[in-house]
Amino acid sequence: MKAAVIVFPGSNCDRDLAEGFRQAGFEVSMVWHKDTDLPKGVDVIGIPGGFSFGDYLRCGAIAAQSPICRAVVNYAHKGGHVLGFCNGFQVLCETGLLPGVLMRNAGLKFVCRQQTLRVETADSPFTNAYSKGDKIMVPIAHHDGNFSADADLLSRLRGEDRVAFSYVGNPNGSTGDIAGILSENRRVLGMMPHPERASEPAHGGTDGQGVFKSLTEVLALA
Amino acid sequence: MKARVHIMLKNGVLDPQGEAVRHALGTLGFNGVNGVRQGKVIELDLADGTTEASVKDMCEKLLANTVIESYTIELA
Repeated sequence: MKAAVIVFPGSNCDRDLAEGFRQAGFEVSMVWHKDTDLPKGVDVIGIPGGFSFGDYLRCGAIAAQSPICRAVVNYAHKGGHVLGFCNGFQVLCETGLLPGVLMRNAGLKFVCRQQTLRVETADSPFTNAYSKGDKIMVPIAHHDGNFSADADLLSRLRGEDRVAFSYVGNPNGSTGDIAGILSENRRVLGMMPHPERASEPAHGGTDGQGVFKSLTEVLALA
Repeated sequence: MKARVHIMLKNGVLDPQGEAVRHALGTLGFNGVNGVRQGKVIELDLADGTTEASVKDMCEKLLANTVIESYTIELA
């Protein structure tokens, strides 16, 4: 199983994300933002957290226009698996692969803490190792994590079972307590929390491993 | 030639930063500030002959996130 992690100037969770994939048995290649092609035979692409391009203009906006992101969008449109954590979620929203937008936290403060999440669906390549309703503890660390969706989008996401994770105790004002969402084909996941920071015992918890494990289940069957 | 692009959050989109500024103005004793909306201005230095349509394209593709932001273009 092969994973590719995209690296932008200002990414700071790229190596953590690579480690999360490796722990689950993936062979990982790091891909620079100026590259135009993804490595051959990649099974999943990870977009890491951080502050790509210094969050200039809007979080994720400039990264979303980088050469490699064109390849990521094409890959996703062909049915490829893509996940983005934190800044990666912001980038995915800016590319249009995921709907909605991440705005400044309602409390205006950077929030960095352990956060309880509820698994809202086990029906996805990223959550099948969990059960619906599971409560997991995963770190959050963001200033712009306030997921904003209008009433139409919210009811569409819920109606199509596309809310992957929600917050137990909303830390940032997100619409409907949403922490992570899936694309229409369920193969793109964006979430503000950091499962890669809860993927080995030294992290103090391993509740985030399930995201990577879920992928291995799906890819093993493919 | 120059173009100035004004970007504002659309009506109805909550603006917590604007709200914080409004609150701070009240603390300073400025009464009667009923609302503050914070946006941004981007000045573009452009080759002569650049069309407004082209600037609009820049706004749609990068400068504004039209899910939450609206923009106006001023050519000078």
